[in-house]
Amino acid sequence: MTHLSGFREEQIDYAGLITRAKRGDLLFGLIGLVVMMIAILTLMTLIVDLALDGIPRLSWDFLTNFPSRRAAQAGILSPLVGTTLVMLVTAILAIPLGVMAGLYLEEYAPKNLLTNIIEINVTNLAGVPSIIYGLLALGLFVQTFGMGETILVAGMVLALLILPVVIVATREAIRAVPGEMREAAFALGADKWQTMAFYVLPVATPGILTGAIVGLARAIGETAPIITIGALTFIAFLPPSPIQAEPPFLNFQWLNSPFTVMPIQMFNWVSRPQEAFHINAAATGIVLMGMTLLMNGLAVWLRYRIRRQVK
Amino acid sequence: MPRRDAVVWAAVAIVMAGPALAQQAETVRIDGSSTVYPVTEAFAEEFQSDFRGQYQVTVGVSGTGGGFQRFCRGETHISNASRPISQSEREACEQAGIEFIELPIAMDALAVVINPQNDWVDHLTVEELRRMWEPESQEQVTNWSQIREGFPDRPLALFAPGVDSGTFDYFTEAVVGEAHSSRGDFTASEDDNILVQGVASDPNALAYFGLAYYTENQDRLKAVPIVNEQGEAVEPSIENAMNGSYNPLSRPLFIYVSTQAIDQSEAVRQFVNYYLDPELAPELVAEVGYVPLPETAYQMAMENLENRVTGSAFEGGGSQVGMTIEDVLATARQRAGTN
Repeated sequence: MTHLSGFREEQIDYAGLITRAKRGDLLFGLIGLVVMMIAILTLMTLIVDLALDGIPRLSWDFLTNFPSRRAAQAGILSPLVGTTLVMLVTAILAIPLGVMAGLYLEEYAPKNLLTNIIEINVTNLAGVPSIIYGLLALGLFVQTFGMGETILVAGMVLALLILPVVIVATREAIRAVPGEMREAAFALGADKWQTMAFYVLPVATPGILTGAIVGLARAIGETAPIITIGALTFIAFLPPSPIQAEPPFLNFQWLNSPFTVMPIQMFNWVSRPQEAFHINAAATGIVLMGMTLLMNGLAVWLRYRIRRQVK
Repeated sequence: MPRRDAVVWAAVAIVMAGPALAQQAETVRIDGSSTVYPVTEAFAEEFQSDFRGQYQVTVGVSGTGGGFQRFCRGETHISNASRPISQSEREACEQAGIEFIELPIAMDALAVVINPQNDWVDHLTVEELRRMWEPESQEQVTNWSQIREGFPDRPLALFAPGVDSGTFDYFTEAVVGEAHSSRGDFTASEDDNILVQGVASDPNALAYFGLAYYTENQDRLKAVPIVNEQGEAVEPSIENAMNGSYNPLSRPLFIYVSTQAIDQSEAVRQFVNYYLDPELAPELVAEVGYVPLPETAYQMAMENLENRVTGSAFEGGGSQVGMTIEDVLATARQRAGTN
């Protein structure tokens, strides 16, 4: 034990200090608990309300029927498929681009003015309202390039939207990889790319995955940019199947297909006068939450597997 | 690593194949008004189940104005509209070389509603509605007692659809006399269910919106009979809108069809014929809560379609208020004839 200079032990009332500190602790704990309860209870009320309205409506038919003017027969097949395909395109575009950009900025980019400008922009882009991305896509993809309101364009907009999130998460994850690991790899004669590909990226993968899922979870609920590019509300057919019987077996026509997504279908049903459509909207909300949960679950599982492999 | 290679090739193929492929054929593209949407949705649904696999229909909800913008750029074949096409929209279409046929497809009645606890209003005149809504009333007319002698001293709480909606356009034109001319100090919402909520929870409230939102909420709202030109107070209902007694708050709803699309696409031709089928249309229109056209109107509309009567009956600033469907179709015909 070292004595603090300038203090004499007998003058300090340790018991009083400890009681006061404990009281402060308790008070802070209580405030924290109350704040947390407010947040959780609000969320729970919303979810329970949604569940009470929507769960009785959920059935296999609801998932496999097309939307209809008759609320009781209406289903969410086309928005469900639309959302799934759009998310697929978003993930395929945003994750590799985001990871590469993050890796470059963190490990390769020279520290100069240009890099600084890029970094500031990436951080700022994460806070830009989503409707702005929608306007960009409308002006650039739809009107200038004439690509139409297709699954591909929607996937591209949402990919742009979540790109900053993926980049920032990737950089955080790479920064958390201990420097000793890089040095050890270099010492063994690995070059920079080998170090990245076989040591840094695998260790950073769980963090990158978390970032990607947070981004995708944001994208799945987005309505504004997709409405802006002109997604449709009523659609009672599916895009062409991605797999076909004749060679080359893969078919990419679905990328150019018109589509609708679940938040748009929900919005449409909520604004109808008939109560039965509002219940359909609640049920759609539950399915949407289920999909988000499923994605999160997948990420947790992947993270767990990768951590074990790395060790 | 064959698995990794496959992923790379898939990504390359997606990027290459994406823009190169052509659009799907035999699709009818429709966009426009959210008021007309439920009607078009019903027809699209029936049409596709009758012609399964042959034709596809897509319907968007960009609003009447947004719909016309896309229509006049040639992006859609048919535009849903809850008001006639405007001068500037017509010019945009003309510049792009897009000719259209204007077809009324249903009527909608605007219901004026109050809270069930409101026991002092049993009818209102258009004059009284004007006093409530005209721009001069802003911050001046704020109490029910100012509307009519004998009304109680209670604050007046007004709710109405947002200023971008065709409903707002039509109501202001019919009541105040000029489209878009309204007081600004009311609670506006693009979602009519919010207006229903507002009136249901405030005894002093008054709102107007499409009839379907009243019929679905009859237990929470009271409709106000409106005194028509003939001097009778008439309740809003499908029957009263059909027989013309609920005026001036009944309005026609339209679809605008591009003549190029009709001439070029079998799918569009079939769909429009389907929309005007006198056997089927009245039933479908009524099912979604709107007012079907009189029988003769379907026949006239079909004739206008066959004779390619292009342009709008409202060119030159004609008003929609007080026009019957037959008037609209006949005027369009006259105009096309004189041009």
